[in-house]
Amino acid sequence: MPDTFLDSTELILNMGPQHPSTHGVLRVILKLDGEKILGTDCVIGYLHRGVEKIAENRTYTQFNPYVDRMDYVAAVSNGLGYCLAVEKLLNVQAPPRAQVVRVILTELNRIASHLLWLGTHALDIGAITPVFYCFREREEALKIFEQYCGARLTTHAFRIGGLQYETYEGFERDVKEFCEMFPPKVDEYEELLTNNRIWAGRLKGVGILNGDDCKEYGVTGPVLRAAGVKWDLRKAQPYSGYEQYDFEIPTRENGDTYDRYIVRMQEMRQSVRIMEQAVEGIPAGPIMGKVGKVIKPPVGEAYVSIEAPKGELGYYVVSDGSTQPYRVRVRPPSYINLQALDKMVRGALIADVVAVIGTLDIVLGEVDR
Amino acid sequence: MADEQKPGGSEAPSPPAGEGAKPPAKPAADAAKPPPPKPAAPPKPPATMAATPWDSALARSVKERFGDGILATSTYLGQDFVVTKPDSAMPVLEYLKLDADFDYLVDITAVDWPKRAERFDLVYIVYSFPHNQRVRIKVQIADGFEPRTATGVHLTANWLEREVFDMFGIRFAGHPDLRRILMPEDWQGYPLRKDYGILQQDVRWVQENLGIESGQ
Repeated sequence: MPDTFLDSTELILNMGPQHPSTHGVLRVILKLDGEKILGTDCVIGYLHRGVEKIAENRTYTQFNPYVDRMDYVAAVSNGLGYCLAVEKLLNVQAPPRAQVVRVILTELNRIASHLLWLGTHALDIGAITPVFYCFREREEALKIFEQYCGARLTTHAFRIGGLQYETYEGFERDVKEFCEMFPPKVDEYEELLTNNRIWAGRLKGVGILNGDDCKEYGVTGPVLRAAGVKWDLRKAQPYSGYEQYDFEIPTRENGDTYDRYIVRMQEMRQSVRIMEQAVEGIPAGPIMGKVGKVIKPPVGEAYVSIEAPKGELGYYVVSDGSTQPYRVRVRPPSYINLQALDKMVRGALIADVVAVIGTLDIVLGEVDR
Repeated sequence: MADEQKPGGSEAPSPPAGEGAKPPAKPAADAAKPPPPKPAAPPKPPATMAATPWDSALARSVKERFGDGILATSTYLGQDFVVTKPDSAMPVLEYLKLDADFDYLVDITAVDWPKRAERFDLVYIVYSFPHNQRVRIKVQIADGFEPRTATGVHLTANWLEREVFDMFGIRFAGHPDLRRILMPEDWQGYPLRKDYGILQQDVRWVQENLGIESGQ
């Protein structure tokens, strides 16, 4: 038999953009040796809508709904980041009541985002059940959004300077009920997965990214915390009154896919803790700060970032003194975290790529903007 | 639809059905009372950012080390930034990382000021985990100037610089893989430049790749 018959050459395998486990339209070109990954190249931009260009052609207020369409599973966080950035330029603060409601909705959105991650991640790995459970509880969170502002996904919940809407009657009750209902459900998910041998087998030791690599790649959020770096913008540079709440930053040591799973599960519990404290003391008072009908910040620039469910979400806004932003730059956590994919899967197997894409928790709407 | 093919990306809403292409009539009251002629006021200087000098141990050490390379150390709204000469940006970034613990490159972006001789602001945002501090490094560069890549200092810079290249057409010297990242690779034009219209497209690309008229 000639030697060339079993010649082993590098194989290029295309994955996506239409692929169930790439969570949208991500295309990854894999360079393979057998089933071992030698290198990857991400092809992105399929969902590029030119959000930053649109911003320059809209007024500050008009651009507000657009930010919801980036990370559309965490629209509330996007809105909060943008509003905080413009408020910084205007040098105003949302009134205390608005801040507390903002915290409640943002944490609720963090839970909704993590639930979507957990459901789809487990589905990718081959566990069908959790996705139904996750969507069941996510529905409860979305119902609160819908009651509050009429939208479930692209909520546009906040306005520059505060809130557009007063809370509806029964808002506190609904949030409290959610806080009571939810932790046992997390136990339920954990019962299904945490000590499940198949789950652990597929996740432990897969896609390791240690703390130094995370910093080098600018990776933030649960991925960074799972690598042992105790860093969360809600603690490091508190905004919207996060310093008032008693909560912990869950961290793990190994920086593998399993640890990121554990960190996110604990984060959901911490979010409930924050919401419980916030809903107990929603202060009375106005919901809008002293912001004019026409928003016209003085000439200047500001960078404001928040801890979104995926990591550091930043807005760099430049004002030329007109009613339209001169430049809005979004620092998208998904985009920057995705860059570390290559590092995480080199030497692993194709099936691990699926696990790692899931654990990075990217949303292509935010990657491509 | 002749209205929709109007070039130039005018944002004016199309006239409501029924009125046809007739321009909306001005209210009579406005036409009757022309605004009184204004007395010739001295031209206002263009408004600038009311930044104040930033004085701290870090600002002083950066100034001391790079001397003329540093044009200003300022602060605005409590956010500190360093304006450097184009060639000093990379040494400053390196110094901040290695000697001042700014170990996390948050973002690289650009701002286009087409009327200025140095057309672009290139902005690096760095953060220090140990000091919980954020600093921006700003560089003014002319169109065609090729700043040195930051990929040798922070790996994050790879995709960030690719995006700046993609959107502004700033080429980074020494970048290992400077390709477009969000736009198609053979797209002509740099969308985030100010002279690129909001409705503008690469007509040829759209026709060839999507098989449709771009409407322009």
